Amino acid sequence: MTEIIQKVKNLSIGFKSKKGEEILILRNISTNIKKGETVGIVGESGSGKSTLALAMMGYVKHGLYTIGGECEFNSSNLLKMKNRDLEKIRGRKIAMIPQNAGQALTPNLKIGYQIDEALQLHSDLKEEEREQKISELLNKVRLPSPETIALRYPHELSGGQQQRVAVAMALAGTPDLLLLDEPTTGLDVTTQAHVLELLNFIAKDTGTSMVYVSHDLGAIAQVSDRIIVMYSGEIVLEGPSRDILKKPIHPYTYGLLKSIPKLSLAGLPQSMPGSQPQPGTMHRGCSFFDRCDFSEEKCKNNSPQLEYLEELNTSVRCFNYKSLMNDSQVNQTVNKIKTSLQDKEILNLSEVSISYAKQKLLDQVLNRISDDNPTVKDININIKKGETIALVGESGSGKSTILKSIAGLLRTKGGIIKFDQNRNLSSDLKERNPNDLRIIQLIFQNPDESLNPNHTVEEIIAQPLKLYFGLKGEELKKNIIDLLQKVRLGEFYMSRYPRQLSGGEKQRVAVARAFAAKPDIILCDEVTSALDVSVQAAVLNLLQQLKEDFGTTYIFVSHDLAVVRAISDRVAVLYQGRLCEVGPSKDVYQFPSHPYTEVLLGAVLEPDPDIKPKLVAEDIVEEKPPQKGCSFQGRCSRILGDICKNEVPPWQITNSGNSIRCHIPLKELQKDQVN
Amino acid sequence: MLFLIIKRILLGLITLFIVSLITFVGTEILPGDACTTYLERQAFGEQLEACYRRLGLNVPAYERYVSWAVNAIQGDFGYSLSGEMPIKEVLGPRIKNSLVLASAAIFIGIPIALILGIVTALWRDKLPDVAISTVTIFAMTIPEFISATLLILIIAIWLEWLPGIVIVPTDVSFFELLPNIILPVIAIAMIMTAHMARMVRSSVIQVMASEYVQMAILKGVPYWKMVFKHVLPNALLPAINVVALTIAWLLGGVVVTEVVFNYPGLGRLVIESISNRDLPTVQALAIILASIYVSINLLADLMTLMLNPRLKTLQIRK
Repeated sequence: MTEIIQKVKNLSIGFKSKKGEEILILRNISTNIKKGETVGIVGESGSGKSTLALAMMGYVKHGLYTIGGECEFNSSNLLKMKNRDLEKIRGRKIAMIPQNAGQALTPNLKIGYQIDEALQLHSDLKEEEREQKISELLNKVRLPSPETIALRYPHELSGGQQQRVAVAMALAGTPDLLLLDEPTTGLDVTTQAHVLELLNFIAKDTGTSMVYVSHDLGAIAQVSDRIIVMYSGEIVLEGPSRDILKKPIHPYTYGLLKSIPKLSLAGLPQSMPGSQPQPGTMHRGCSFFDRCDFSEEKCKNNSPQLEYLEELNTSVRCFNYKSLMNDSQVNQTVNKIKTSLQDKEILNLSEVSISYAKQKLLDQVLNRISDDNPTVKDININIKKGETIALVGESGSGKSTILKSIAGLLRTKGGIIKFDQNRNLSSDLKERNPNDLRIIQLIFQNPDESLNPNHTVEEIIAQPLKLYFGLKGEELKKNIIDLLQKVRLGEFYMSRYPRQLSGGEKQRVAVARAFAAKPDIILCDEVTSALDVSVQAAVLNLLQQLKEDFGTTYIFVSHDLAVVRAISDRVAVLYQGRLCEVGPSKDVYQFPSHPYTEVLLGAVLEPDPDIKPKLVAEDIVEEKPPQKGCSFQGRCSRILGDICKNEVPPWQITNSGNSIRCHIPLKELQKDQVN
Repeated sequence: MLFLIIKRILLGLITLFIVSLITFVGTEILPGDACTTYLERQAFGEQLEACYRRLGLNVPAYERYVSWAVNAIQGDFGYSLSGEMPIKEVLGPRIKNSLVLASAAIFIGIPIALILGIVTALWRDKLPDVAISTVTIFAMTIPEFISATLLILIIAIWLEWLPGIVIVPTDVSFFELLPNIILPVIAIAMIMTAHMARMVRSSVIQVMASEYVQMAILKGVPYWKMVFKHVLPNALLPAINVVALTIAWLLGGVVVTEVVFNYPGLGRLVIESISNRDLPTVQALAIILASIYVSINLLADLMTLMLNPRLKTLQIRK
């Protein structure tokens, strides 16, 4: 049997509430981490997964304390150790790679110093040797020109580069155990795939054990040998990763896997009802009882124990796991989306360009914007009534910028945005009349920030009703209740404040507010990315239902390509503010033709250990679109030569109505897909 | 970078211009003028006319403003009405005295504030924090004129350790001045130090809760090294501006304290010249105080710019 390097025994961590009650964040966790293995810890926000990872370093956050149990490393309990002894273990034996490297690197210290600090603390190298080692480490994490990177400050690097620096810093102490807390969340898809591939390589190369904490089953599937699923502070399922992803025998994992949209499947996944209980609200019974499809009477009052099944090498916390064992695979059923597409143009963007450049004084006087290389350029899209069109691309691709311009938050530099074939919406908010404002509504990414915390749900939804329709009194109230019912929230939600709602409920209120204006077009800016996976599916289903009821048109922006696949009729792929490909989702996803679409779709992580991402292009970050030629020339692996550098590629239209902007002839682009 | 500095300096000059305009207009609008105050009951007819002519008050206001401004830029603020001597000469020793007072308060106050702020933040919610925080909050709430009066009562009258009121000529030498300034300095420094200590405390606490400090701990950086390398440089940067504001705000405290202690500084001169309707002096003082205010803030902005790598590179890149 392989050596165990970290042993967690009956660990409970919690805090004292204001009433003096003990509230548990982690409940009686026991697990072992073996040498050389990668363990994935999955759970939704609030499941205690990060607290567990930090405890494995003997670190308990301010405000929390250890109630019982041990984290044993080298046969000593880290949670009882003195700080002085912990300093010798942290960074040297156990190292952490944080979630948000941009926040986790000290802003006033140079990259080189921060790595050097770890080397000074955890090795006996002399100064010149350390300098060489820094270059070596930066090389190992594949950062270009290590010498210059070492002299930079953290803010001068891109997100992917910062994450790599954090990896290099963790490797400096040659640790036996690496803890990774959501190391790729917040990175672009392509960057994420590259970082994961690097981590896999490091695990093999150095033989380090890893604990990988994430909410993203796709990322977990790529790296881990074993998976621990956490729910409400408990381990509910633990076993070999392939079995867990292919044959989950706990209802929660089963439901979770079913609710994740997949690239290969069009249509919306089934949603899981409800949300995870808040810490401290559970007293008896199974914590998953409310949301479980397999629950029985006894689940209500008795909480199941974690049971080890020898034949599967799996532990499960459920009375009813047997009924799932027979249901061999997660056969995902999707609700096919009905297209309510009408043959009537509702919004037309022609030759739209948008610039963030600061106006010079002369330009301000002349009321014009002069910028020969604007952030967004040459956008031509026709949107039909009832369509869901998705804008996809990495960060910096201009997708949110275009939304802002349509909404009137940013004025366009050139081109025309036309509504319903005759109304010009190229102007910004100040010049639009109330009706122009009403027809386009926005739903934002983060409902915590888009809902006024001092307003009740009633006041939030009442505002557009009062503003656009002048409703008052009983009629106003009736409309609010109506809208709440449409988003499946009861009447009693009216008097609540946003902070009293869960993430999913808040986003429902935001949806209700958008629909209150009876808009023709709703702009959805990353509407599900702040939500947990199990809640995401429910919100997507709701949006789809409302669209069918009202005939609304959606312009949907998301970095999650699987979500886009699930909900959209048509996709527009953007790179550096220029369109690359526009076409029906079905075709774009099945036969990605443009080289960038190929890169983007290839990098998507699926919760399936058998589907590996394809890494086609380097994940370089370009700061500005090129002055001339194709926008993707800098990263394209199929670049033809000077023509791509000098000439803007022409639109080529396939038989299925897919427009591709590339110099490579259509036939050749399509030939590739057959292989 | 250079462009930015020039821009800031220009903005400062514009501020000063506006201040001078406002004080000028203010003194114009007030009923009565230097001559009516000076001549008191004889302020009519021939005598008043003569006085106007002598002081040059018979020309239109904008002309007077221009000639005043041109002279002021050259450091000539005209004649004080009450003393009938050049304002320059009145101001000189006063500025020196006030400067001694204020800089003593600053040099004692800032280090104490930093130490108290850092100690309270690092021992947050423990005994040192609770004790020091209680005292600083208490000190913050007592206005200078009360703390100054109390200091005089206890230290000068009951204990008889130090002089309670400053009775020295204006142009006294530094060493003769020294025993006299101890109490005023304490009175001024107390409230300022308390304010700054609170600011430093919250800034340090904020940085201590940041992800990069957590990362430094998880990297195995020893506690004090972490405090000095990762926490303080980042925590004290925003504190610079707060310190500048507090110093600027201290000017007001100086006025009150100087009056209570009868200290021959700028502050007392402000009160004196206002009550004597010595308008040229009031104008000169307003401009001087405003320039101190503007230049302290400018200095703080530039310091933050120099010390913050983020801002520095951003500027260079542009």
